[in-house]
Amino acid sequence: MSTSREPLIRVRGLANRFGSHVVHEDLDLDLYPGEILGVVGGSGTGKSVLLRSIVGLLRPSAGSIEVFGEDLQSLPAQARSRLERRFGVLFQRGALFTSLTLQENVALPLIEHAGLSRADAEALARVKLALAGLPGEASVKYPAELSGGMIKRAALARALAMDPEVLFLDEPTAGLDPIGAAAFDRLILTLRDALGLSVFLVTHDLDTLYTACDRVAVLSRGRVLVADRLDVVEATDDAWIHDYFHGPRGRSAQRAAHSVEDP
Amino acid sequence: MTEQSTHPSAGTLLQEGGGLSPRGDWTLAHYATLKRQVERLAQAREPSPHGVDLERLAALDTAGAVLLMELVGAEPLAAIDDWAPDLPATRRALLRTLGEAMTDRQPPETRPGRPLRDTLARTGQLVEGLWEQQRQLLGFIGQVLATLATIAWRPGRWRLTSMVAQLHQTGLNALPIVALLTFLVGAVVAFLGATVLRDFGATIYTVNLVAFAFLREFGVLLAAILLAGRTASAFTAQLGAMKANEELDAVRTLGLDPVELLVLPRVLAMMLTLPILTFVGMLSGILGGALVCLLALDISIIQFLSILQRDIPLNHFMVGLSKAPLFAFLIAVIGCLEGFKVSGSAQSVGEHTTSSVVQSIFVVILLDAVAALFFMEMGW
Repeated sequence: MSTSREPLIRVRGLANRFGSHVVHEDLDLDLYPGEILGVVGGSGTGKSVLLRSIVGLLRPSAGSIEVFGEDLQSLPAQARSRLERRFGVLFQRGALFTSLTLQENVALPLIEHAGLSRADAEALARVKLALAGLPGEASVKYPAELSGGMIKRAALARALAMDPEVLFLDEPTAGLDPIGAAAFDRLILTLRDALGLSVFLVTHDLDTLYTACDRVAVLSRGRVLVADRLDVVEATDDAWIHDYFHGPRGRSAQRAAHSVEDP
Repeated sequence: MTEQSTHPSAGTLLQEGGGLSPRGDWTLAHYATLKRQVERLAQAREPSPHGVDLERLAALDTAGAVLLMELVGAEPLAAIDDWAPDLPATRRALLRTLGEAMTDRQPPETRPGRPLRDTLARTGQLVEGLWEQQRQLLGFIGQVLATLATIAWRPGRWRLTSMVAQLHQTGLNALPIVALLTFLVGAVVAFLGATVLRDFGATIYTVNLVAFAFLREFGVLLAAILLAGRTASAFTAQLGAMKANEELDAVRTLGLDPVELLVLPRVLAMMLTLPILTFVGMLSGILGGALVCLLALDISIIQFLSILQRDIPLNHFMVGLSKAPLFAFLIAVIGCLEGFKVSGSAQSVGEHTTSSVVQSIFVVILLDAVAALFFMEMGW
């Protein structure tokens, strides 16, 4: 991806501390328009905390986060809410509203923000659920009646409800079967290409990294070790990165990705 | 989305020479107007790609794509490569994906409402639910008692730490609020007594009124109602959240018994707590009465105490206190059982917490009435 364009999201000098526990220290990261940025790192390196700081759920201890050229922390509530509508967030465990059916879950932001009538919003919601790969009869079910994979898909449909510009995905393929995960990767690529989405993707799934991501940022020891194209990241001289990408799982994902590229 | 800034034009649907030409931005922002235009056309024409020209479209998002689908139909949209090969590949990809996802889909059936039948059905469900609830409660009480009987002889399996923690939360932390409330009610009862008895010149009997009321009824009743609101709801929410998080299932698969591990410590802690709180409630209610007697009726504390000693036999205190463990048992059991019934959704946590408070207060007042009748007939 070209680095000459203005980044959509610019994180500078971010620090997050919980008591004496330091999660991030002086962390810099950019997300450019139209790219899929994979964020990887060992457990506990603060991937989800980074995501929560960027979408404004967590006030960082220090540093600045600029989104669409504006500092989210210093905006008044109304302007902030307008900005946040341009985000779509898929939480790790779906975070669907348990007292609403799936189509009501997806229709909620459409009714509240886009001012659609209930019937229109629910019709549109059913299409988004279908886009996310859910069968038709699932749209009137409640989240408690669904499997984990279906909840992930429904949560993606809700994240896409407002046709956001930036999509934040927290481990979207965790808990999906390999076929479902591959379809999920393809879906994200299609949507990115068709809608010009930028995607901030926290993941452990090496296959997702190889098939979907344009750039990969590696989090370690509280900062971003490297954020670049996969081949550059793979070649970076760091013990953790080496273990991650050149371990048995990394190698097989690599082979699979290459065999797709040049058959 | 990204093209929006370069073509800031509202989307429209133009009809030219028998063909259809969507123009401008077909995005969520213009959904309502576009939807009207599409619907007006849809009455006159079957959905088909015939004569639809997508070349002049500016921005397109999924909402706009859905409207296009209503114009051309889902299946033709899936085959968009055949009839509109000149569109940019990314736009075709979006329309194709949408078309493929929506091919052969019917909107879910909505059942027409039948008000009378639905009302009857709901009434039936409620009545049956009420019956089922009592059955479950009796079953659960049996289960708790059986578990208690099995572990009573094995001190090694007593969960003392857990019980002490529950004692702290349900007992010690509730002490100030119980004392304050009973104190206030004691004062109110004394005022009432003073007002009514003044007409008979018998204000001195205010002392007896306050003492009788608090020893026999109000001490235990107020403490029990407070714990029903404060602790039964807490039990339901705790166990309900554990149920929703599959923690209860985890307890079972680890070969442990949730009743023994979670319910018994709570029940036993409550059975110890409520008599203590009842005692505190009696004391502080009588204290409130004594204060009113001192300030409004000029009955000194010494006089108050000597009347208590002379007129009030011990059995009133025993009658009041004897009800406390029974109330405590029922409140705790109802709270825990409702927690076990929670089914995962936020709605269900709310419903069962409400139900546990309502049930436990209902049971407490009902039993208290029955007990009052019983003790009166027995002459205790």
